[in-house]
Amino acid sequence: MAVAAARELTDGAVCFVGIGLPSTAANVAWRMHAPSAVLIYESGCIGSRPDRLPASIGDGVLSESAVANVGVVEIFSYWLQAGRIDVGFLGAAQIDRFANINTTVIGAYDRPSVRLPGAGGAPEIAANCGEVIITLRHSRRAFVEELDFVTSLGHGTGNGCREQMGLRGRGPSAVISDLCVLRPDPVTKELTLTSVHPGVSIDDVRDATGWDLQVADEVEVTPVPSSDELTVLRDLKAAS
Amino acid sequence: MGEFLSLQEAVSRYVEDGQTIALEGFTHLIPFAAGHEVIRQGRRDLTVVRMTPDLVYDQLIGAGCVRKLIFGWGGNPGVGSLHRMRDAVENQYPCPVEVEEHSHAGLAERWRAGAAGLPFGVLRGYVGTSLADHTKTIAAVSCPFTGEELTAVPAINPDVGVIHAQQADRDGNVMYWGITGVQKECVLASRHSIVTVEEVVDEFAVRTGGVVLPAWAVDAVAVVPGGAHPSYAHDYSDRDNAFYAAWDPIARSRDAFADWLAGVTEGIA
Repeated sequence: MAVAAARELTDGAVCFVGIGLPSTAANVAWRMHAPSAVLIYESGCIGSRPDRLPASIGDGVLSESAVANVGVVEIFSYWLQAGRIDVGFLGAAQIDRFANINTTVIGAYDRPSVRLPGAGGAPEIAANCGEVIITLRHSRRAFVEELDFVTSLGHGTGNGCREQMGLRGRGPSAVISDLCVLRPDPVTKELTLTSVHPGVSIDDVRDATGWDLQVADEVEVTPVPSSDELTVLRDLKAAS
Repeated sequence: MGEFLSLQEAVSRYVEDGQTIALEGFTHLIPFAAGHEVIRQGRRDLTVVRMTPDLVYDQLIGAGCVRKLIFGWGGNPGVGSLHRMRDAVENQYPCPVEVEEHSHAGLAERWRAGAAGLPFGVLRGYVGTSLADHTKTIAAVSCPFTGEELTAVPAINPDVGVIHAQQADRDGNVMYWGITGVQKECVLASRHSIVTVEEVVDEFAVRTGGVVLPAWAVDAVAVVPGGAHPSYAHDYSDRDNAFYAAWDPIARSRDAFADWLAGVTEGIA
């Protein structure tokens, strides 16, 4: 999953990185195929090259290895909202068929059954980056028919929604789970199964998805992680 | 005026029941010791503001100091939930806590406006999200020059802003470096400010990315070595990741939390 997500990051891309799986993927990417990728963390670290995985978004290893450290007001205004970021790399608690994200509450907002951490930087990352890559584990609790709360907008209600709302970023381009890769249909913007990871069937993905999943005409099998990719990932985890 | 006080004196002088206070810090330089002093002094009905409320706000909430929380992301980074915060929001224990919820970009603009003495901040944010449906302090605004639709958020101006820094000099000027967060905005936006520092030095070294707050922009300076623990102070201490992990079972249990709280009120935590 981390390797599949890492492959989505192209060399030279300026990437706003969320903590957790997105950060793992971004740190595999620059060590492998994307040596010129620029990693930006919302703690104000620009161009970080951490020698281990950061334990949090404000880990000292991010500021020590950064090209520049700026304040949090600046990172969100001058760098993110001004449109300088190519890719936003986000996690999620729940996602729907248009890749809208909930990280706020399960249940009613005023009397939630589960109170999640909340928005953090995600709403404006989702709105303002050129494109957005989302990583989360696949289950019916996570891939749901309807979100209880839209924390960060994906493709809204489908084609044309983002444009109508005046959002400048193109929105989610891929969702990477532990089972598969989903991409928005070019016309409807509905998430469509385009690739299953080795050993996973299309039915496995359908069973773990809370809506009637659209499947591409030709579903690929995600290439197996190379030994180099696995070595990088294991070394990173061992160092952390 | 950057007056040197003990932490006990500083909190006692400036923090009162019912106020709005902010203990800022972005993973780095979180003023934990000051939070514990607020708990020890038994303050109640506070509105607490912070972009990323982590353990110190979980502790304030669990101790019953908080009536309202204004925040952007409330979790234990890399570990999980804030269980005292969840118990308050989900079960109103130990008391109900009202929540005013923003994104980080929105709160950052609220801090900037507060520091600048402006009534509101503007951003490209919240569009298409449910946040605006539940948070009254998010509103649409049109640019008077281009007509573009943007989002406005009101300034934050707490009664007291509290931060932790690496150093003060003998005149009460304050310097911090590393991840600098919104601490400058927090101090400048607040009516009064308290800064805890690792140490007092004769002269500040020149440091890349260092922020200096002039003494006259700060009310009280308290020397509290290790005052950010279990958070960290760059070049002074490392983040105590083991404590963040150990907090999870403490906060999950009301009894375990009560034991922890007893340690704080007795001055040993």
